[in-house]
Amino acid sequence: MAIERSLTIDSIDVKKSRRSGRWSEWVIERVIQASGLLTIVFIVLIFVFLLKDSLPLFKTHSLTALLTGRDWYPISDPARFGLVPLLAGSLAVTLGSIVIAVPLGVAAAIYLAEVARPSIRESVKPVVEMLAAIPSVVFGFIGLLILAPYVKSLFDLPTGLTAMTGSIMLAFMALPTIISISEDAISAVPREYREASLALGATQWQTISRVMVPAALSGITAAVMLGIGRVIGETMTVLMVTGNAALIPHSITQPVRTMTATIAAEMGETVQYSEHYFALFSIGAVLFVITFAINFTADIVLHRFRRVGR
Amino acid sequence: METTACIIDVAGLNFYYGKFQALKDISLQLEPRKITAFIGPSGCGKSTFLRTLNRMNDLIAGVRIDGKVMIDGRDIYAPDMDVVELRRRVGMVFQRPNPFPMSIFDNITYAPRMKGQHKGLDDLVERTLIKAALWDEAKDKLKASALSLSGGQQQRLCIARALAADPGILLMDEPCSALDPVSTLRIEDLMQSLKNEYTILIVTHNMQQAARVSDYTGFFLSGELIEFGDSNKIFTKPDDKRTEDYITGRFG
Amino acid sequence: MRPRGAGEWLAYGLLYLSIILVTLPVAAVLFIVISRGYSAISWEFLTAMPRMGMRAGGIFPAIMGTLLLVLGTVAIALPLGVMAAIYLSEYASRGRLNRLIHLAIVNLAGVPSVVYGLFGLGAFVLFLKLGVSLLAGCLTLALMILPVIITASEEALQAVPQSFREASLALGATRWKTIWNVVLPSALPGILTGAILGVGRAAGETAPILFTAAAFFLPRLPKSIFDQVMALPYHLYIIATQVPNISQSVQYGTALVLVGLVLLVNASAIVLRSYIRRRRSW
Repeated sequence: MAIERSLTIDSIDVKKSRRSGRWSEWVIERVIQASGLLTIVFIVLIFVFLLKDSLPLFKTHSLTALLTGRDWYPISDPARFGLVPLLAGSLAVTLGSIVIAVPLGVAAAIYLAEVARPSIRESVKPVVEMLAAIPSVVFGFIGLLILAPYVKSLFDLPTGLTAMTGSIMLAFMALPTIISISEDAISAVPREYREASLALGATQWQTISRVMVPAALSGITAAVMLGIGRVIGETMTVLMVTGNAALIPHSITQPVRTMTATIAAEMGETVQYSEHYFALFSIGAVLFVITFAINFTADIVLHRFRRVGR
Repeated sequence: METTACIIDVAGLNFYYGKFQALKDISLQLEPRKITAFIGPSGCGKSTFLRTLNRMNDLIAGVRIDGKVMIDGRDIYAPDMDVVELRRRVGMVFQRPNPFPMSIFDNITYAPRMKGQHKGLDDLVERTLIKAALWDEAKDKLKASALSLSGGQQQRLCIARALAADPGILLMDEPCSALDPVSTLRIEDLMQSLKNEYTILIVTHNMQQAARVSDYTGFFLSGELIEFGDSNKIFTKPDDKRTEDYITGRFG
Repeated sequence: MRPRGAGEWLAYGLLYLSIILVTLPVAAVLFIVISRGYSAISWEFLTAMPRMGMRAGGIFPAIMGTLLLVLGTVAIALPLGVMAAIYLSEYASRGRLNRLIHLAIVNLAGVPSVVYGLFGLGAFVLFLKLGVSLLAGCLTLALMILPVIITASEEALQAVPQSFREASLALGATRWKTIWNVVLPSALPGILTGAILGVGRAAGETAPILFTAAAFFLPRLPKSIFDQVMALPYHLYIIATQVPNISQSVQYGTALVLVGLVLLVNASAIVLRSYIRRRRSW
């Protein structure tokens, strides 16, 4: 009897300890699951907070006035919040930088993926990562002190702080994204394509330009889109080098003011929960929607490329 | 269409991947417009040998080669040899069908376009597809993606694509290993009809196939060419004991 | 490679040119910042409080502020990011939800840094009433580097061979025990690389801390996590644009410290990663 009882107790103990072990694991696994879902919560939260602090603006101003207004006079009376000059500023700087960064970045990606010897590839790739790591405020600083005076004298301008100055500095910041994702895309093209083309007597350049790059095109497109997303969202560099005049530019040698720079420059001087504060949050919401659309589309394109491309 | 008689003359060929010697002192001569099969266990060097003939091994880093490979009376490893020109003369069909993700038409006209030929392509496509026994199946969808074809059709397309470059020699590296038996037979028939115009070298692990299609057979083992000769003889009474062991299946 | 014809020579020439143009800015930034900034670097510059409206003295509070921000950021983002990566790599099935989470990560990575700043202001500073503080800045930066840490960690976890997990499970270990004792240790160097990259990112960013943590001028160290801080990138922005008659050597010196810090951090991540790749035996 006694023995039997102790046996039962033992087995209960075992069960208990096991269960408590399982119980703590159950908790850990739920926490892990929650943190996985948290990323979705965060992206939703960001949007919700942007909306929460921008919607009050529309008690006094209409959405059309915001999106089509050609004047940004936040502290005049009555204040006018027209996004058009800021959108134009962002567009000018972005287009300019993309015109520089896309050919350069895609060419560098082709070189790294198809032409460079492994030793060169392994030494250039970290340099590209370094380029990505340089803080945007440093690019702004260099642009302000080195590039701007040069632009000023070269084009004989009243100021070197122009859309073009911003475009050049931003191009450097878009390059790492464009290079690394394009290179991945080209490297993901099946080796068989290259062999088939060379075996048919095509030259290496013909193989690259007629087979490898076309096969990687959707990946390269996604890379360019992600580069655009990066440039539109860039803040400190443009704040420091584009001159910050909220005017619709007629030439790339004029100063412009981007949406990001407007937020960064003006938020510090607004009264919390004022009209101006709400207006700056609505710029943030617009920026969020634009970059979300770009990144979302780019990711869909990349995802499809990875599934079909090989 | 006129085809030049091609003669392949290999003498004392050694091939190394880094320190590993993949081919040891290979010598042989091949007649034009014959089918020669190379058989042997996996890793014996037969595919490596095939790839020395159009210098596809150049793509691999750290390979070294010595000996002589003459094609059409020219040393293809001579410094002044143009690899691109060589590959136009020596076509290749790979183990797995590898059409480009382009239309059927663009696949076939790829090599001529790379040479700068842009006229008479329609004609060329028709001729080549007929030659490759794919015309009836493909004539109504020349603009369709090559990837929409079945595996066997894709492989015949790859043969057509190689033929459109106007080669004299066709290298086939286990061209049927990824195909079903019916598609395999069609490719074998195709080879017989092509042999009037082309010198064909085929690597295969399938001995029945080698016996069925080839005029000559070479047996590779651990990088050595053990025996080379008339297929009938090799498959009925080979000289070397190792060849006999392999073809009768007493081999790992 | 042997170019044929003038067209191909030109094409290859442009490819080479592109590589030069891509690597040049890194060299140029380094050269400019080092050659013009090194004269400012001294023990005093690194360890003293700023004086004379930041025109003289040192940048000690900015350096310390950035270190504190980075420390707090990683302390928040690392556990969260690694857990999310464990979920994605070890628990989530390859279904819709997994795809959705990946889309969320991609989009988090793409949110402009100034929008993070707005969110931090709206959510942490005002809604949670943390005020402009070290804590609010760390939370904002943590959110921003979360995608970096998740992506690197997930990659590291997935590089652990399936056979390791199977061996552990076959010995009767639970799923969590397997992850804790077998998978995580093998993935640790890769996770560390991700964390270091996150550090580099957090150390260099200005826009997210603009309205959440950064102090224009604070000649002392923060007393608590609810205190404002100075930070290197913000300090560089201030002395480059808002302080008249400041000597260039102070500006370049500050830029040099910032660039040096960030590149050092990133270089160590690159070295660590290549070390992992070489050492990996599976």
